[in-house]
This record gives sequence, structure tokens and C-alpha cells, in this order.
Amino acid sequence: MVNLQNLASAIEAGNRVEATKLTKQAIEDKLPAKEMLDAMVGAMDSIGRKFQRNEVFVPEMLIASRAMKESMAALEPVLVKAGIKPAFTAVIGTVQGDLHDIGKNLVAMMWKGANFAVVDLGTNVSPEKFLEAARQHGARVVGLSALLTTTMPAMKQTVSALKGAKVPGLKVVIGGAPITEEFAKEIGADGFAPDAASAVDLVRKVVAA
Amino acid sequence: MSENIPLTRYAALAINNEQDLCFGRAPKPLRTRRGIVIGGGEVYPELNFTLPAISVEQSNHREICRQYRQIISSALTRAVELEASGLVVEFETLPPMTENPQWAIEITKILADAMEDAYAKDGLRSALRITPNDTREFIRPPMMRSGEKWERMLATFEGCAAAGAELLSIESVGGKEVHDDALTMCDLGAVIFALCVMGVRDMQFLWTHVTGMAREQGAISAGDTACGFGNTAMVLAEQKLIPRVFAAVVRAVTAVRSLVAYECGAVGPGKDCGYENSILKAITGYPMSMEGKTAACAHLSRVGNIAAATCDTWSNESVQNVRLLGGMAPTCYLEQLVYDCRLMNRALSHGRESSLMLRDWMVESDEGLDPQAYVLSPASAIAIARAIVAERDYYHSGKAAALRAVELLREGARGGRLKIGAREMPYLDRMQHAVESLPEAEDAFIGQMMDVVDLGKFVPKDYGL
Repeated sequence: MVNLQNLASAIEAGNRVEATKLTKQAIEDKLPAKEMLDAMVGAMDSIGRKFQRNEVFVPEMLIASRAMKESMAALEPVLVKAGIKPAFTAVIGTVQGDLHDIGKNLVAMMWKGANFAVVDLGTNVSPEKFLEAARQHGARVVGLSALLTTTMPAMKQTVSALKGAKVPGLKVVIGGAPITEEFAKEIGADGFAPDAASAVDLVRKVVAA
Repeated sequence: MSENIPLTRYAALAINNEQDLCFGRAPKPLRTRRGIVIGGGEVYPELNFTLPAISVEQSNHREICRQYRQIISSALTRAVELEASGLVVEFETLPPMTENPQWAIEITKILADAMEDAYAKDGLRSALRITPNDTREFIRPPMMRSGEKWERMLATFEGCAAAGAELLSIESVGGKEVHDDALTMCDLGAVIFALCVMGVRDMQFLWTHVTGMAREQGAISAGDTACGFGNTAMVLAEQKLIPRVFAAVVRAVTAVRSLVAYECGAVGPGKDCGYENSILKAITGYPMSMEGKTAACAHLSRVGNIAAATCDTWSNESVQNVRLLGGMAPTCYLEQLVYDCRLMNRALSHGRESSLMLRDWMVESDEGLDPQAYVLSPASAIAIARAIVAERDYYHSGKAAALRAVELLREGARGGRLKIGAREMPYLDRMQHAVESLPEAEDAFIGQMMDVVDLGKFVPKDYGL
């Protein structure tokens, strides 16, 4: 019988061969799908916390994320069969006029690791596209990223468009180098995360609110 | 246009001795229209500024022009009051201005006219640098060699040069499609592919055009920067996302890419945010702009003093036009730059020994505290420059720069001259192993990389691949 702690450790270490092998063994052992998923999400939470404590760099998180992705591919059919879906859908993108996407990509990676279904719209995304994607995918959260002070107005316009559309239950969170908690409040966003790892906790919090 | 620009490959250094790599003096100084001689024994302030948060659109055009008029008027007045002997002003456009060249041209004219007035009335000698945005990346995958974005970028260069901009620069982005992911994965092979295969090919294409344009307009082909590469690495390291040793090695490799502008006819001053400029000054002998402590308004860094050690113009990178207690921010930063330059110029006026003493203090105050500073010391810059020019092609230059930088960092740490964090040390071995594992032949390397990079992110034929 596979010890799920070993699976979590393999994911956290970024050992994708071992992680995939253990996932397949766990499936053969007919371990509960939810427990397998929880082990994987727990591993990503753990590496995220290590990152927050400056114990690892981003490459270590990315390698762990790849290991999780490959394990998830093996687990996916079992989850479907068991009726287990992602926690919810999150749409993410960099606002109109801004092409920077490193931060946005890191947040998307962390959200996927937390078992959110992530729709990544890329960079230079108009308010209309954000709204359309949120409706189309039934998103609970939209994440906006901006690196430039000159594109902060586009962030404000996007928040206005999303809030103005009154999509039931939809939350908007923002982040990026020039963004502050104060700015988030000023433009009516539901939350602000200073880094990628905090963005997971933030979304869990605003969705639960 | 491009066929007329011969490519110069540097096989030797213009500055071989670290005692000759110093602020204010370049073997090939540059004389501007109003008689500033950059690299001729004096360091000049280079002021840069940007708008506060405002949508750059037609409805705000009048307000935007008013802001630029106010910025330049106040800055020039203060430069005269402080008796600055010369000034470089950089107008780095915002993307909508490159998209609408007539806006950039109009603002250029506002700045150029004010600078001409200050020269006529007060004798203030100045030169205007125009830096359009590399908007080619606004299409994904980018169209690097044709299309509306490319045409508008060239139109911005041409129109702004005709309107009075004298120095032509850009922060080009060729290779960034692969480099961003390479940084977050700390994948040095992919970094070398992005900079020394993709980047250099784009630089050759771009800079033959810019140099041709400069010659047609009677302007100066100044230089590029690997800002989107080396400075992205620096910012990621500052945010503790990647190791500083990795950012330091990336910096060394960026010199291979930025060098191509000079091979294609650029003559400096290299763009301020290219911290690799100390390496490029050693190779080319052209004057360089640098930024450091006085650019904290734009971004933080670990190289605040050491960056000034080899500068010929000293820049604040960018500051928003907001009110501070001392006045509007660009005016305040102009004043800081003037005082920084006064000090360096005072040392220069006292002769070689004094200027080297100040240079060494600036170097010593930073170099032991951060690997990114360590690779920028005059000694390191010359060592990396020598490794670059010793190789026969860009790929091998990139590998050599990386390995030399790793070696320098290792020696620095071993000798107790450089502090490297414990969790960063294993990256030295990883980087060395990564480079030593790359194929010997460039063709084999390209073939290997084309199998693993995301080909959806760039158009290979736009890079001649």
C-alpha cells in the first residue's frame, strides 16, 4: 500500500518520475481519490510556505508544480469518476497595455497547485475579455496583474467592469509590483496579494467570505 | 538601408587595464551637437522621467503635453541654477506613444525646443535621447521584422530624430519570449539560447536599421540595453525568487547580446539601465550611461555605487512626475544627479589618482556584498569582456561569459571577498555543469533547444532560425 506521505514528498522534491509512479500505484491500491488529491495539494502548500519563508527559490516551486501536473494527469480520470472537481475556477491575466507576465504565471502555477481550475488569458487583456471569460467559465475569482504604474488605470477600469457586471459571487483580486493594499481598496478589488504564494491563501479567504 | 552598415566584430578590448576603466573617460568619446563631449573627462547627468498614473490617450493629450512641458522647464531651470555644465535628457516613450508616433514626435519637439531655448538663453548644453518602446512584443507571438508595430517603431525613431532627438536608443526585447521562462527555471542553457542565439540575431537586424536611420537623420546611434533580461533577473533576485548568483551570471551573458548594437554602428552612450555597460565599455571603448543609487526612485538594486564606477553619463532611470517636498520629482532627481556628477567631476579634475580613488571606494563599497555587484567591478568586467572577445561566435562568447562569471564568483567567495548565501552556493556548481554540458557546436545547440523551447511563443524565421 502506497504511503501518501511519500507521494507528497516526491512532489515537493520535484521528483516527477517517482511522483507519477506513486500516484499510479496509489490508484492501483484503490486509495480514496480525495486523499490522493489532498496529499498533492498539501505538498504544493508546503513548498509554497517554504518559498514564503525564503527557504526555496522559484525553480524549486516550478519543479514541484511540474511533478504535480504529471501526477494529476494520472489521477484525473479517477477524480472524474469519483465526481471530484477542482475547488473552483479562477481567471487570470495581465491588464490591458501591460505585457509583463512572470508574476502572473507564478500565481497561475500556485493556483493550479491548490487545485483551482485556472483560465490564463495571457497579457494585455481588455476588461471586456476578462468579463467574458469570467462568465463563460463560471469563475469565482478573477486575478489581475500589472507591473507598470501607467497600467494601473487599466486595472481600475477592469475592476469597475467586473464589479459593474454584478456576476453573482465573483471576486476580484489584484497584484503586481506597484500595487498596494490601499490601491486595491481604492479601486474596489476584493483583495491584494504581495506575492505568488500569498495569492493562494488570499483566494481561499475571499471565496470563503 | 541595412546592407550599408558593415558589422564590426570585436576581437580585442579597447580597455585592457582595469586602471583605465573609470567614470568620465572613454577611449572613444562622443561629441554632441551642442558640444558636450561624453567620455571626454567629465560625467554628465542624464535625466529621465515619466508620467504619473494617467491613461495615455487622445482625450488626455493636452494634459500629457502640459506635464512634459512643465517637467523639462523646471528641470532645465534647476540645471542652470546649479550651473551644470551639460545635461542629457532621455525621453522614453510610453507604449501608446510609440503606437501613435505623432504623439511621441510632438512631445520630442516640446523637449527639444525647451532645450534649445535653454542653450540660447543660458548657454546650457544638452542632448536629447529618444527611446521608443519595442512594441513588437505587443503581438504574441511577436512579429520582429515586419508589420505595423515594426513600422510604427521605426516611424517613432525617424520622426523624433527629425524633431530634435539626437541620441537613438531602445530597450529591445528579441529573445525575451524564451528568456522569461528560462529565468524562472534558472535554466542557463535557455538563457544562452535566448540571448546569444535569438537576441543577437534580432539585434543585428534591429541595429542595422537604427544606425541607418540615425545616419539619414544626422542623429547618433547610441545603444541598447538588456533591461528586459538582466534587470528582470536582478528584480527577481531582489524579490528572492531566483538566486543572486544566477542573476549575476545572466548579467555577464547579457553583454554578448548588447554588444551587437556597437557591432552594428552604435557609438554610445549605451543606455542607462544596461548594467552590462561596464563590460561593453571595456570591449568597445565607447562612453556609457549608467544608473544606480540615484535610480532607486525607479527600482531597487544592490549595485548603487559600483554602477557609477565606469559611467560617462549618470542617470536616474525614471521617476514619475509627482510632487515631493523639494519640488516636482524630476527636478529633485535632476538636482541629485548634478551633485553626484559634481563629485565625480571634482575627482576627475584632481587627476587620475584621485578619480581612481573615488572609483575604488564606489567599487569596494558594493562588490563584496552581492554577486551582482561583484561581476561589475572593473577587474571582473575586464575579465568577462576578455572571455567574450576571445571566442569566435556569440554562442561560444555566451558560454565563456557565463563560465568566467561563475569562476569569478567562486574565487571571490573562496577568498572571502564576496558574501554568497549558503543556499545560493549549490547554484554555482549547477550553472557550471549546465554550461559545460551544452553541445560544442552552435548548430547542435540550436537543434537541441528548438526541441525543448515553446515554439508557440516566437516565430523562428523572424530570428533566422
